[in-house]
Amino acid sequence: MKKTNAGKYHHLKLDWSDRTIRGFTYVFVGIFAIVCIIPFWLIVSSSFSDENAIRRTGFALWPPEISLRSYNLILQNPDLLIGSYIVTILLTVIGTLIGLFVISMTGYALQRKDFQLRNKISFFIYFTSLFTAGLVPFYYVIVKIYGLKDSYFAVLLPLLMNPWLIILMKNFVKAIPHEITESGKIDGAGDFTIFYKLIVPSMTPALATIGLFVALGYWNEWYFSSLFLTTIVKYRPLQYHLYNIVNTVASLKNSVASTNVVIQDLPAETLKMATAVLATGPIIFAYPFVQKYFVAGLTVGAVKG
Amino acid sequence: MQKALFRKRNSAADSLAAGHGKHSLWKNTRQNKTLLFMCLPAILFFIAFSYIPMPYSYIAFTKFNYIKGIFGSPFVGFKNFAFLFRSGQLTLLLRNTILFNLAFILLGNFFQIAFAILLNEVQSKRFKKIAQSMMFLPYFISPVLVSLLVYNLINYDYGFISSLVRSWGGAMPKLYSQPSAWPFIIVAVNLWQTTGYGTVIYFAAITSIDESMIEAATVDGANGFQRIRYIMLPSLKPTVVILLLFAMGGIIRGNFGLFYNLVGNNSVLFSTTDIIETYVYRALMNNFNFSQGSAVGLFQSVVGFGIVMVANTVVRHIEPDYALF
Repeated sequence: MKKTNAGKYHHLKLDWSDRTIRGFTYVFVGIFAIVCIIPFWLIVSSSFSDENAIRRTGFALWPPEISLRSYNLILQNPDLLIGSYIVTILLTVIGTLIGLFVISMTGYALQRKDFQLRNKISFFIYFTSLFTAGLVPFYYVIVKIYGLKDSYFAVLLPLLMNPWLIILMKNFVKAIPHEITESGKIDGAGDFTIFYKLIVPSMTPALATIGLFVALGYWNEWYFSSLFLTTIVKYRPLQYHLYNIVNTVASLKNSVASTNVVIQDLPAETLKMATAVLATGPIIFAYPFVQKYFVAGLTVGAVKG
Repeated sequence: MQKALFRKRNSAADSLAAGHGKHSLWKNTRQNKTLLFMCLPAILFFIAFSYIPMPYSYIAFTKFNYIKGIFGSPFVGFKNFAFLFRSGQLTLLLRNTILFNLAFILLGNFFQIAFAILLNEVQSKRFKKIAQSMMFLPYFISPVLVSLLVYNLINYDYGFISSLVRSWGGAMPKLYSQPSAWPFIIVAVNLWQTTGYGTVIYFAAITSIDESMIEAATVDGANGFQRIRYIMLPSLKPTVVILLLFAMGGIIRGNFGLFYNLVGNNSVLFSTTDIIETYVYRALMNNFNFSQGSAVGLFQSVVGFGIVMVANTVVRHIEPDYALF
């Protein structure tokens, strides 16, 4: 990370425009930062509210009457939520490991200057982001040709990689001195050994950044699930589970199935919010720790797309 | 400058080492077959999920029948496209998609640059760090959660903003049945979600501006506004131009997740919110109308491809180093 230039010239005299800008800065940046997180707080606050209080006064920054009923209902019958967690965690771990392995291997090969096919292969990969078949042919091939309807593979496979991540990886690997590869060659190592034994250990920041992008794709996945997983799949990825709870009364009812609550009596609004908190909470806690890797990736990616 | 020089030297060394002609390409590939094998999984991936679906765009030219399959369905030529044009459907989708993207790109870049400059003026390191983290958070969440956040704010009966408006004696409109409100809502939500992300990119570009230039200007008596106007904005210009051009390349591609989760199947709002992606999705999943869905999709791919090519040519003209190919 580069040093910032701010704060370097504060010893110089400030005139009115500096002071105005500085004043504006704290106000605007502060307000916007708060606007960014208030909606999250509202969800948390609503999830701990009493349903009837919400029906009277609406969602509020602080629960009008605190109630844990929604959490109780979900946790009395946590089968669906736990199943969703397991599916999402498995997809994320397996997908990220495979994706990261393939992306880094390809990224390394494609930046090797002595590999003449590299430009042709790069373009072959890159072209898929310029021209796509569109959703309908994609759907047809996955369902009719590969027969992946209602299979978790229909979610796992398409999210493994994309051209942008491979190019990003290529740009990261470029920064590793070519001498490392050379020294491996002199010692008689093959290309894969060089990659695995010498390059991988020296590219951990890149692996962290790209691994996080892939993992985030899996963690937030709802799109391919909505296309390919029909109701016969009981355990859906978390965000698709949340999607169903938010959008269909039937799913909402299912999520508390074995508890003997009449549908009219369900705390529908707070149940949605509590599910959102339970489905998203962990990733928000992980966020402060992983954020810097995303920033690193964005800055590299922005230099050359 | 240095980068360009370096590049030239490399490519000279390249061609020297590699030799010329088809024969040497074959030889080189044989020498590097391990590298080729290392690329193979990715190549197979893109064949399976991107290239194999391409010929199936043929569906757009048929009156598609799922049971009979592609070759059992009658060929109808450009009839599906003609229908979409004549019914005005395609024009509406194009208008919505392009206008939304223009708003996203122009307003988005404006706020991103503004906040990056403001953030750079912040002296307190802690404030800067915390603010950046808070601004970046919305980028991490799924569109499903985004739509729930919006619902929590503006739904007529219980929304946070609705109850605020009422407690001040105002009348809250029923937004979920008011198409005219949604362009503003969707643009606001998009800005909310992407401003922090873009700010980080521009902030990185600002921090790479030569410090001595800013210091020299300050010594010469440039005030805060002048430093922004005459140093920061001009140094950001290349980044802005390139990012804008690439964004323009994607002008007829929409953010499906955002639109579909916010609007869903609420057809009252379609006149102002339906974009190409949402139309294709509904054609496929709700109406099982493969023909029209793939006709719209193919139209988007072909026109989109043309626009990217133009954008790239322009970028190559301005700054060859930044061109995609």
